[in-house]
Amino acid sequence: MSVDEKTVRRIAHLARIAVADDEVAPLQGELNAILAFVEQLSAVDVTGVEAMTSVTPMAMKKRKDVVTDGGRAVDVVANAPETEDHYFLVPKVVE
Amino acid sequence: MTELNELSLAEARDGLRAKTFSAREIAQAHIDALEKARVLNAYLLETPDRALKMAEASDAKIAKGEAGPLEGLPLGIKDLFCTEGVTTTAGSKILENFEPHYESAVSANLWRDGAVMLGKLNLDEFAMGSSNETSAYGGVISPWRRTGSDVKIVPGGSSGGSAAAVAAHLCLGATATDTGGSIRQPAAFTGTVGIKPTYGRVSRWGTVAFASSLDQAGPIARTVRDCAILLGSMAGPDARDTTCVDLPVPDFEAAVSRGVKGLTIGIPKEYRVEGMPAEIQKLWDDGAAWLKDAGATIREISLPHTKLALPAYYIVAPAEASSNLARYDGVRYGLRVPGRDIAAMYENTRAAGFGREVKRRIMIGTYVLSAGYYDAYYVRAQKIRTLIKRDFEEAYAAGVDAILTPATPSSAFGVGEKASADPVEMYLNDVFTVTVNMAGLPGIAVPAGLDGQGLPLGLQLIGRPFDEETLFATAEVIERAAGRTVLPKVWW
Repeated sequence: MSVDEKTVRRIAHLARIAVADDEVAPLQGELNAILAFVEQLSAVDVTGVEAMTSVTPMAMKKRKDVVTDGGRAVDVVANAPETEDHYFLVPKVVE
Repeated sequence: MTELNELSLAEARDGLRAKTFSAREIAQAHIDALEKARVLNAYLLETPDRALKMAEASDAKIAKGEAGPLEGLPLGIKDLFCTEGVTTTAGSKILENFEPHYESAVSANLWRDGAVMLGKLNLDEFAMGSSNETSAYGGVISPWRRTGSDVKIVPGGSSGGSAAAVAAHLCLGATATDTGGSIRQPAAFTGTVGIKPTYGRVSRWGTVAFASSLDQAGPIARTVRDCAILLGSMAGPDARDTTCVDLPVPDFEAAVSRGVKGLTIGIPKEYRVEGMPAEIQKLWDDGAAWLKDAGATIREISLPHTKLALPAYYIVAPAEASSNLARYDGVRYGLRVPGRDIAAMYENTRAAGFGREVKRRIMIGTYVLSAGYYDAYYVRAQKIRTLIKRDFEEAYAAGVDAILTPATPSSAFGVGEKASADPVEMYLNDVFTVTVNMAGLPGIAVPAGLDGQGLPLGLQLIGRPFDEETLFATAEVIERAAGRTVLPKVWW
C-alpha cells in the first residue's frame, strides 16, 4: 500500500501537525518508503496467532481504589503556556 | 596516575569507601572534564552546582559510615528522565522550557543510593533515532575517530549523549533508554557496555514515553561490573508503573564473576544477514570461541521470524508514539504557537515543536491506527510480535541459556553519512537489537574489539526473561577475553 498526496494531508490533519505545501511531496516519499518496507509483513501467515497484548506474562497490578495523590494544582499547571486560577487557558472553543 | 574521572565506577566506589579521595574531588574532576569536552555536545545541561552540593552531602554520609551503594559517584542522566527542578527536554524544541515538578523513578532510585548528578545528556528527539542526529539541540560527536582521520563520527542513538559521555570519561556511568536498540547500539558504537533489562524490570514512571510496550531504561558504563552495579540501583518494583514487576532485584554484581561453565549459548543462523562485513562475522566467531574456551556449549539455533522484527517494529513503535505524543498539544506544558482556532493552535504548535523524524513517525503511527488500516497493519504486527517471542521461548525451552549475536551490522558511521531520503536506511542499524524489545527480553552489548578503521565493535547477548544475571556473567567473559577497549585519546 502507498499513500497519495491527499492521504498525506489527511494523516497530517488527524495527527494535528500543520504541513506546508512544499513538505507534502517529501513526506509522501518518506512515508511510502516506510510502508514499502513493512509490506513484507502482509505475506506472513498469521492464521490462528494471537495478537500480543502484554509482552511480560503478568496479571495487571491492581491497588485499592483510594486517593493516593492530589492537591497539587500549582504543580500541575506550573509548565502550562497560559493559566488562570489553576485552569489551563485555550483559545475560545464554543461560540 | 589515573585521573579520577578515568576510574571505573567500581574502582571509584572502592576508592571513596577507602577514603583515598573525596566525593567532592571526583565530582570536580568530572566537572573540569566536561567543561573541556563541550565540542562533543554530549551534555545538554551541566549541573555543576548541584553536583558539588550532592557530593558534599555524600562526603558527610561517608564520614558517618552511612554511605549508600552509589554514594558520591557522579553520573549523567539522559534528558528523557524527568528531574525535579531541572529542565528536561527529551531532545525536542516542544519541551525546551519544561521543568518537571517530580523526579523519575529511575533517577530517584539513583539519588536514594547516593549518586551525584552531573547534568542532562543529549539524545535523539524523543529517543527516535540511531545516530543522535535528530536532536533539536544538535548531534553528539563521538569521542572515537577513524584511524588517521578527523571525520566526525556519530555515537549512535538514541542514547548517544550517554554513550559518548561514558566513553569520553565525562561521567562514571549514565542512564539510558532502549525502545529498539537505543542503549545497545550506541554502546557498541562507543566501546562501552549497555544493558536493556527485561521489560518490567525498571519502572518507566517519570521517563518521557516513546513506545510504552517497548521502552525500558538501563545503564551505559565502561565495564560489565559497572553496569551491574547501576542496574541494581535503577531496578525495582514501583506501584506507579503497572507494568513494572513486583520481583526482588537480584545481586547483579555478584553474578558478574559467575562464569559460563555449563551454560548453553545459542548462535541464531538468521542473524547471519546478507552482506554482513567479514569483520563482524569474525568478531561473532571470536565471541563464540571465547565462551567455548570458558566452558560454555555453543549451539546453532534458529529464530525463523527474525527478519520480520524490524518491519513489525516500524508499525508498533510509531503507533504507540503517535498516541503517546498526542499529549504535546500546547495546552498543559511545552511550546504553544497560536492559531486562528484551537485546532490550528494544536497544528501550529506540533508543526513548530517536533522535528522531521518525530513528525514522520507520528504520521506513520496515525496512519496504521486509522480506520480501515488498523487490522491490516497494527493487529497484524502484534500477531507477528507473538511469533517473534515464540521463537525465543522455543530456544530457551530447548535448553539455551543465552543467545550471542553481533550488536550492530557495522561500526559507527560519519555524521551525515546516512541522511538519504530513505529513512529505512537508518532504521536498519537496529536489525539485531529490535527483536529483543519486541520479545520483552534482556539484552546486553559488550565491546569485543576494533574494526579495520579503528572503531569499536560490540557483541550482543540476549537472555531469558528476568535473567540479567546470566547476561552479566557471560558478558564479563567476553570483556575479559577481548580485553578492555582502548579508549580514544583526547582530541578535543
